[in-house]
Amino acid sequence: MDAFLSAIRYNDWILPVLLVLPVAGAAGVLLHGWLAPRSEGNTPERVASQVKVMTLAYFIVEFVLSAGLWWSVDPNSAAWQAYVNVPWIPFWGARLTLGVDGIAMMLILLTTFLMPLVVLGGWTSVREKLHSYCALLLVLTTGMLGVFMSLDLLLFFVMWELMLVPMYLIIGVWGGQRRLYASLKFFLYTMLGSMLMLVAILYLAMTNSDTTGRPNFSYDYILSGSTMSPTVALWLFGAFFVAFAVKVPMWPFHTWLPDAHVEAPTAGSVILAAIMLKMGTFGFIRFALPLFPTAAMNETVRTIILTLAVIGIVYGALVAMVQPDFKKLVAYSSVSHLGFVMLGVFALTEQSVQGALIVNLSHGISTGALFLLVGMMYERRHSRLIEDYGGIAKVMPVFAVILSIVSMSSIGVPGTNGFVGEFLVLVGSFRTQPFFTIIASTAVIFAAVYLLWALQRIIYNPLSKPENRHLPDLNWREIGLLVPLIFAIFWIGVYPAPILEKTKAAATRLVERVERGTANAAAGLGSGR
Amino acid sequence: MTFDLSLPSQLLQALTPELVLIGGAMVLMLFAAWRPESDAQQRRVGIAGIGVLLLTLALVIWFSLRDLHSGPGVIAVDGFRWVADVIFLLVALGTVALAIEYNGREAIWSGESHVLILFATSGMMILAAARDLMIVFLGIELMSISVYVLAGLNRRSVRAAEAAIKYFLLGAFATGFLLYGIALVYGATGSTSLPEIGRRIPEYVLYRQPMLLIGVGLLLVGFGFKVAVVPFHMWAPDVYEGAPTPTTAFMIAGVKAAAFATFLRVWIEAFGSIGFAWYVPIWWLAAFTMIVGNVVALAQRNIKRMLGYSSIVHSGYLLIAVAAGTRFGASAFLFYLFAYTLATFGAFAVVSAVAEPGERNLAITDYEGLWRVRPFLAVGMAVCMFALLGFPVFGGIGFFAKLYLLQAALASQNDLMTLAVLLVLTSVVSAGYYLHVVRVMFMKPRPEGAADPAPLGPITRVVLATTVALILVLGLLPGRLAKWTRDSRPTPPTALGATKAP
Repeated sequence: MDAFLSAIRYNDWILPVLLVLPVAGAAGVLLHGWLAPRSEGNTPERVASQVKVMTLAYFIVEFVLSAGLWWSVDPNSAAWQAYVNVPWIPFWGARLTLGVDGIAMMLILLTTFLMPLVVLGGWTSVREKLHSYCALLLVLTTGMLGVFMSLDLLLFFVMWELMLVPMYLIIGVWGGQRRLYASLKFFLYTMLGSMLMLVAILYLAMTNSDTTGRPNFSYDYILSGSTMSPTVALWLFGAFFVAFAVKVPMWPFHTWLPDAHVEAPTAGSVILAAIMLKMGTFGFIRFALPLFPTAAMNETVRTIILTLAVIGIVYGALVAMVQPDFKKLVAYSSVSHLGFVMLGVFALTEQSVQGALIVNLSHGISTGALFLLVGMMYERRHSRLIEDYGGIAKVMPVFAVILSIVSMSSIGVPGTNGFVGEFLVLVGSFRTQPFFTIIASTAVIFAAVYLLWALQRIIYNPLSKPENRHLPDLNWREIGLLVPLIFAIFWIGVYPAPILEKTKAAATRLVERVERGTANAAAGLGSGR
Repeated sequence: MTFDLSLPSQLLQALTPELVLIGGAMVLMLFAAWRPESDAQQRRVGIAGIGVLLLTLALVIWFSLRDLHSGPGVIAVDGFRWVADVIFLLVALGTVALAIEYNGREAIWSGESHVLILFATSGMMILAAARDLMIVFLGIELMSISVYVLAGLNRRSVRAAEAAIKYFLLGAFATGFLLYGIALVYGATGSTSLPEIGRRIPEYVLYRQPMLLIGVGLLLVGFGFKVAVVPFHMWAPDVYEGAPTPTTAFMIAGVKAAAFATFLRVWIEAFGSIGFAWYVPIWWLAAFTMIVGNVVALAQRNIKRMLGYSSIVHSGYLLIAVAAGTRFGASAFLFYLFAYTLATFGAFAVVSAVAEPGERNLAITDYEGLWRVRPFLAVGMAVCMFALLGFPVFGGIGFFAKLYLLQAALASQNDLMTLAVLLVLTSVVSAGYYLHVVRVMFMKPRPEGAADPAPLGPITRVVLATTVALILVLGLLPGRLAKWTRDSRPTPPTALGATKAP
């Protein structure tokens, strides 16, 4: 495989191609929407299935292309992999710099792996304005992948914002009852965070400008050359923090999440939960921590962030427990899981950071699967309320089995992916932050309570509602799209070693860099006195 | 080459584009009166007007490509002038194009309306060139008087009459401030020439001279009225709402841009050395304008009124470039103006396409479900809204305009960090009303029984397609435009060496 990939010079072109392909696909889909209804003998049904197959094909090609990264990326190398660096706007010193490390690679693979399943998941539920919907999904993919691979701060910002509009429209046009409110809230929260980040990025670029006063947005350059006073670092870190904390979302910035997740169509919920929430934690790992180590490791700041993370863990779990709406329950469970990621990142040991990465991935898989399952329930019964179900294991046995497996993985039962990540986070964090870790570990129990209780009320209990007697079980399309997810759940759960191996070096580098940064600052202070 | 402006022949040469435009406008005025008023006649005049404007545009571009300078004199020959002229001429082209179809629909058959736009544009070009307070005054009057008439063009509309009289009274009031300010500045410095004033203030140590400071204050108030910043904005929303749609677009994009251009030049060239005096008032004007404009815009239900408030907000943003008080700020200003003009124009093309005869269908609710019946119109409007919001990719160039402005604010020696943060925070507020339009168009169903908008006229279609394409393309590759505006700062007059024999 390695020989083949290097023979086609895979690393030289893969990242730009991954970015361009979805946009080209979106253009193709829109063109189809423009031409197909006009041609002879095309019924609306045929046009619809054509466009769905087309979109699916784009995403499968995207996944197959990206899969090569697994082999071609050398996770131990300190240099960026698949590095591409071309000028973009010389006037502003902005470049199209792309590159990945082990962490980014895993998130890119998660994205390309989930997107085809997302399309399959929304196969029958979206009927209206299908072309625009597919085109928006494709553009959204470019934005998400761009965030993971940008090494230029301006490009990163553009990609960060690029995701916002498609998701806004997906929620607002194809969403549920309260979609207008939810979509606006989502947009405003995210934009408020990112606008401050823009000022911070610009400030960084201008303090690193060359002699002619041209700003420099290069991540590597800013990382290596940046010197700033602790106060400035604190302000800049604050700006980045707000942007990322909204996205994670950390308590108390999370209030957009339940609305957006619940009102979004299935595809929107899956993408939001499985991929877009990862942007926040990824932002901390890639930008906020390495750029401002002194600010992030400032004892007060760190305590505040860890406190918020732990509050999020417990609060999310407790609120999930009392939700009558299953989709909302899953949404709040995300708040709790992402709290674990933040705990792992800010505990800052090798183990906890790696654990955070695994929680990131497995939350993407498990919660993505849960949202897909909720979507399937909703399509059949047009209700998301837990009390409307009961005993459906009798009529939908396959569904019941899969829902149980996925719930187990979300709870973190050993042998599933959820266990590996949370265990590593707790073990790793305990070394530096025992107090917070002990509180966080209670949430593992709460997770079992809310999910098992919901499971009991949905698929067990007596089959008392007459409407539920004739619910059809999952069809082959639905089973087919869930099988890869179940496979991933057990693979990470039983044999996570390859993934840990791929992310180990990047996690170590992060920890070292932050520790070195704080040590340097401390030494600087010491000599200054 | 370097123009020696003390020689009449060279002065005329340096003013060629303006003279061509004014001459063309005069000929067109006769042509418009030649035949009885009819739709065909106003169309002919309009198309001829577009021809004159294109000719002027070509001349301006030709001038800007040559390496031209000027000695001391009443007008400037520099890149700032040419870029500003290009923006004004694009605005005028768009306005005439929209007006041809608008006039046909509203049965306004006076061809003179197009000629008035040409006269106003020549006033704007004189403003961009002016390097003497007297010329500034001349340009402002030429521009304003034409626009007073344009605002009241629709004689059948009560609202237009109200708008015209309001605009006229407050405009005259503002001119009074300007004129008195000019008189006091002249009294204090003994000159009306901008570089001369700039030179004499330090030379005669006039920094704290009360007459000068009062004069500057009055000029600030006068310009504040003209560019509609809070608290001098009261007239703007009513006038923008009542005036005919193409005229509103012309006022929001062109008249404001011209007033701003001359404002900026006066401030940089004449009052650069007394920044301590005007910096704080301008800071507060910018802050108030951003906050008040954005909050009040949220409450608007009429699209023209909303865009009127949005233009007030953008005045606030542009004041930051003035407050930066640098030539760098001037470049950011030109870039921003370009983006703002494109976005405003695109939005008004849509407004004019959706509106029904008699200025109906202007409530934002009339845009409900527009995406379902006129997808291209809705997408075009959405792009313009995102551009005004300053959003990357979907708003194209709007994002880079905001970035440039922020950069100018951060690079200024005056500490504008707070203003920059205020800019981004209030722009989040502005998402509330810009996105509201997007939301209404895309997410609401088309109301029962709502008639489809009439098909787009071919000219409106061209205007909309061009602006949207420019917004998006420049949004991905803004480098060239940014470089062009950077090289087009106001430059001081060059000393006349070789051209003048000793």
